[in-house]
Amino acid sequence: MSVMPGGLGAALWVLAAVAAGLLPLLSLAFSAGGPTLDGAVWAALRFTLVQASLSTVLAVVPAVALARALARRQFRGRDLLLRVFAVPLALPAIVAVLAVVAIYGTSGWLGGIIPVYGLSGIVLVHVFFNLPLATRLILEALASTPPEAHRLAAQLGFTDGQVFAHVDGPVLRNRLPAIAGLIFLLCAASFVTVLTLGGGPSATTLEVAIYQSLRMDFDPARAAGLALVQVALSVTLVALAGRMMLAPAAQAPVRLRQGRFCGGRAGGKGADGRAVAPGIAVVVPPVAALVMSGLDHVTLNGALLSALGWSLAIGGAAALVATALGYGLAGAAARAPRWRGWFEGVALAGVIVPPAVMATGWFLLFGRNGTSIAELFLLVVALNALMALPFVVAVLAPALTRLAAAHDRLCASLGISGWARLRFIDVPALRRPLAQALLLAGIMAMGDLTAITLFGSGGILTLPALVYQQMGHYRGHLAAGTALVLALVIFLSAWLAEHLGAEDDPH
Amino acid sequence: MKRLSFALAALVLAALPAAARDTLTVYTYDSFVSDWGPGAAIKAAFEKTCDCEVKWVALGDGVAMLNRLKLEGNETSADVVLGLDTNLTAEAKDLGLFGPHGVDVARAHVPGGWSDTTFLPYDYAHFAVVYDTETMKTPPTSLDELVTGDASQKIVLEDPRSSTPGLGFLLWMKSVYGDKAGERWARLKPRILTVAPGWSEAYALFTRGEAPMVFSYVTSPAYHMVEEKSARYQAAKFSEGHYLHIEVAGLIEASPEKALARKFLDFMLTPGFQNEIPTRNWMLPAGDMSVPLPDAFSTLVRPDKPLLYTPEEVRDHRRAWIDEWLNATK
Amino acid sequence: MIRIEHGLYVYGGFRLAIDLTVPRGSLTAVLGPSGAGKSTLLAIIAGFEPLRQGRVQVAGEDVTELPPAQRPLTMVFQDNNTFAHLDAWTNVALGVSPALKLDDEQRRRVDEALAQVGLSALAGRKPGEMSGGERQRIALARMLVRNRPVVLLDEPFAALGPGLRAELLAELQGMQKERGLTILMVTHQPEDARAVADQVCFVDGGAARPPMATADFFAARADAAIAAYLGGWRDGR
Repeated sequence: MSVMPGGLGAALWVLAAVAAGLLPLLSLAFSAGGPTLDGAVWAALRFTLVQASLSTVLAVVPAVALARALARRQFRGRDLLLRVFAVPLALPAIVAVLAVVAIYGTSGWLGGIIPVYGLSGIVLVHVFFNLPLATRLILEALASTPPEAHRLAAQLGFTDGQVFAHVDGPVLRNRLPAIAGLIFLLCAASFVTVLTLGGGPSATTLEVAIYQSLRMDFDPARAAGLALVQVALSVTLVALAGRMMLAPAAQAPVRLRQGRFCGGRAGGKGADGRAVAPGIAVVVPPVAALVMSGLDHVTLNGALLSALGWSLAIGGAAALVATALGYGLAGAAARAPRWRGWFEGVALAGVIVPPAVMATGWFLLFGRNGTSIAELFLLVVALNALMALPFVVAVLAPALTRLAAAHDRLCASLGISGWARLRFIDVPALRRPLAQALLLAGIMAMGDLTAITLFGSGGILTLPALVYQQMGHYRGHLAAGTALVLALVIFLSAWLAEHLGAEDDPH
Repeated sequence: MKRLSFALAALVLAALPAAARDTLTVYTYDSFVSDWGPGAAIKAAFEKTCDCEVKWVALGDGVAMLNRLKLEGNETSADVVLGLDTNLTAEAKDLGLFGPHGVDVARAHVPGGWSDTTFLPYDYAHFAVVYDTETMKTPPTSLDELVTGDASQKIVLEDPRSSTPGLGFLLWMKSVYGDKAGERWARLKPRILTVAPGWSEAYALFTRGEAPMVFSYVTSPAYHMVEEKSARYQAAKFSEGHYLHIEVAGLIEASPEKALARKFLDFMLTPGFQNEIPTRNWMLPAGDMSVPLPDAFSTLVRPDKPLLYTPEEVRDHRRAWIDEWLNATK
Repeated sequence: MIRIEHGLYVYGGFRLAIDLTVPRGSLTAVLGPSGAGKSTLLAIIAGFEPLRQGRVQVAGEDVTELPPAQRPLTMVFQDNNTFAHLDAWTNVALGVSPALKLDDEQRRRVDEALAQVGLSALAGRKPGEMSGGERQRIALARMLVRNRPVVLLDEPFAALGPGLRAELLAELQGMQKERGLTILMVTHQPEDARAVADQVCFVDGGAARPPMATADFFAARADAAIAAYLGGWRDGR
C-alpha cells in the first residue's frame, strides 16, 4: 500500500510552518555573526534534563497503573474522574501552580508534606499536568488490545504481573516511548512553572534561556544557538524513542470493538484501588482547590463572555486544523511502517522547536506590516495547532494502525477512497479516537497563553489571557473566577467528546 | 496562508465603518487598555480634543513593545509608543525611530526632574517591599535589614530577566551596594521564597499567604485601601532610598501623523490623561490633575531619596549585572 | 458434563434463555443464525459473561462463581489465540504455567503437544510468521497441555480453507476420542456439524435449545426455525 498523499501533504505543511519559523531567525542570527553558545547553556541543559526526566518518570509510571485500572474496570465515577483529569491539560501554568500551592504550599491544606519551592515543586506541578495526559494517551493505546487477549489471560489464570508482561506490556512497549518522549519534551519546554517555583537562577532551563535571549537581550544569534541545542536534544530523544518502539505486531488485531474482560486473579478491586490512588491524590485536590477559590468570584460580564468566545473559537479552529494534519500523518505512519518514525517525528515539530522561536520567525515573515485581528487569529490558531499536533498523532496512531489493517484492502477492492472513505468508513470507525484528538487539541489551544503572548494580544483576549490581565490588576479573586470558568468549559468539552465519541453498544 | 488571511482581513475591514478621520496608532502594554486600565477613558478624552481616532495596539509589556519595534524597524505602523520605562529608553533611542517630543520638559513632574527631549514621562512610582501586616509585625526599615534579617520571614521576588520589577530590584541592590552587590545577593538568598517570572505571579503568591513580603510598588497599598477598603498590605520605607520606576512615551519620527502624535504627547501631561492614572494605572501622576488624589495616596510611603541609573548605564551594564546576580544566587 | 438449567442472560435489550445438558465425552455443535447468541453461550460457560438467573455446572461442579481460570475447561477463539511477542513453544507453555516456570516433565509435555499438532519444526517461530492454520494449531496444542476435560471452541476454523478445515476437524475429533474430551463447538458450517458432531445445540429466537441428535436436527424440517436457518442447504451439495 502506498503512502497516502494526505500524509505527505500534512508533513509538508508542518515542515513548511517550521521552516517559516526557524529560517528567518537563523538568517537574522547569521547576519549577526552566526549562532553562539556560552557556558551557561550547559548548566541550563543539565537542569532541563534532570527536571524533565524526573517529571516524566513520576508522571508516566503511575499513569500506567492508573490507565490499566481504568481500562479494566467500570466503576461509579470513572467518567467523572476522566473529565476532571481533562482539566489540568488546559490550565495556564500559573493557575496550575497556584492550585498546587493552595494544597502543598507553605499555607496550603497539606503544607509541608512536599517542599513546593524548588525541584520537588516543579516536578509536582509537572506531574499534575502530565499524569492525566499520560493516563489518557495510555488508555487510548490499551484500547487497541484485542478483547480475546484478556479472556485468554483470564482463562490461563494470569496474575496481574503476567497480564502486564504478556498483554498490556507488548501494547505499551509500542506506544510508551512515544508518550514518555512527548511528556519529556513538554516538561523540558516548561517555563512559568520552572521560574515560579524554581526559586531563582539555579532553575534555569533552555527554554528560559531562549526566552531571555529573545526578549530581554534581543540577541537572535544566542537565541538561535540555544534553539539549535534544544532541537538537537529533542531530535536525539525522538530518535531514541523511535528505536525503542517495536514495529507494529504483524498479527494486528482486526476487531474494533471495545470491552475488556477481567476476572480471575488479575487485578482485584483492592489492587485497582491502590493503582488509582496516587493519580487521584496528585490531580484531584488541586482541581478542588481551583474550584473552591473561584466559586464566589464568577461574574458573567462582557469581558468574560468575549474571552470565552475567543477561547472557544481558537480552541475549535486549532482542534480542526490539528486533527486534520494529525489524521494525515498518523494515517501515513500506519501505512508505511518503514517511514513511521519520520511521519511521527514530523508531528513532534511543535514541541521540538520552541514556540517563541517559531512565533518570532512567523512574525518576521507575515507580521512586519502590522497584523489585522483576522491575521492574528490565524497565526494563533496555526501555532496552537502545531503545538497540539503531537497529542493528536499520539491518540490517532494506534487506532489508525488497527483501521488500516482491518479496512484498507477491502476499501481498495471496493474502490472506496477519498471523501467517501473518510465519511462512511474512517470517521464512523474512529469516532472515539477522533473525538479524543479533537478534545485534546481543543482544550490545549483553549488554555494556551504562549501564542497570544508571543504575537501580542492585539484585540484577542482569551480566558487564560483574561486570567493574567486580572492578576496584573490586583484582581486575583476575579482571576480565580475566570480560571474556574475555563475549567468548567474544559470539563464540559470532555463530556461532549465522550458523547461524540460514544460507539454503538456491541452486545 | 497569506492570501487567505488577507481575504479574511478584508472581510473584517469591510464590516467596519469607513474611517475618514485621522487615526493615531498607539503601541502600549496590555494592562493599559484592559477593562480596568486607563486606556478607554483617555482615548475618549483625547478624541474630544481632535477630529481623530485613537487606535490602541496592545503588546504585552514595555519589553515586548521594544522588541516589536526592533523587528518592524522603519515599517512600524506605530505613531506613538506609550509604556517604555527608563531602563529601555537608551536602547529605544538607538533604534533611530524616535523624534523629539517637543513638549516643555518642565511640565513633567517626576522625582529628580526631567530633561529627556525624546521621551516624555506620564507616570511614576517607587518600587517597595510590600508586606502583610497580619503575618509581619516588624517589617524591615532598610534594604540592609531585608538582606540580613530573619530568614524564616520570606520574600517573593521577580526575575530580572523577564520582568520590570525584577530588574528594578536588581538595580536597587546595585545602586545601594555597588561592587558588593553580588555578596549581598548571596546573603539575601535564604530569605527568597522564590523568584517568579513576573509581578502577577509574585503578587498572587503573596496575597495567597505564601510569604509575608513581596517586591512591588509604593502605590500597591493604595489599591487595597481604595478598592478593598483594607489596610492589611503596606509598603515598607527603606532608609537607603527607593529605586524609581518612570513610564514614558515617545513619537515615531517618520510617522505621517506626527503633528497628531505631538498633540497626544502634549495632552498626556494634562488632566484629561492624568486624572485616570492614580486609580486605573495605580501609579503617581507626572502631570497636573484637575481632581484631588484619593485620600489613600496621602498615606503612602514617601521615599527620602529616589535612586535611578541613567538609561545609558542600564543599557551598558544590564547584562553584566544580571550575570552577577545569576552567579551570586545559583 | 455441562449443565445449565433455567439459565437467563440479559445484556441491554438482548436476552438468552438457556436449558442445556451436554453428556461427558460428546462433541456438540452449536448452530444458529448470526447474532443469536452462540458465542455468548460459550462465554457464559467459560465465565466471561455472568448469568442473571440459573447456575452453570461443569464436570459435576457448580462453577457459577468461579473465575475462568479455575473452571475445568479450555476455550479456543476464532483468532487472537496467541500472544504476538512470544514464540509458538512459549505460547503453548503458558498453558502449563503462566509464570513460564516449567520442570523437565512439563517441557516434555509441551514438546509432545507441539509434535501432535505438527508444529515441532516451527516451535521457535512467532505467530506473526505463521499461517492462520498454524496459529490455530498452537491453540490446540495449548488446549492439550492444559488437559482440561471440557473444551469450548468459537468458530475455531472459520478462517481456514475447506481442506485444512477438514484436516483440523479430524485432528480435533481424534484428540476428543483419545482423551475423552467433552467439546462444545460454535460453527457456521452445517457440514462440519454433520461430519463430527454427536449432537446439535440450536440457538435462535432468544433461546439455546436442549441439544438434539445430529441426525434428528438435520431431519427436523418441520421445525420452522431450523428450516429457515438451514434454508436450501442440503447435505452433499
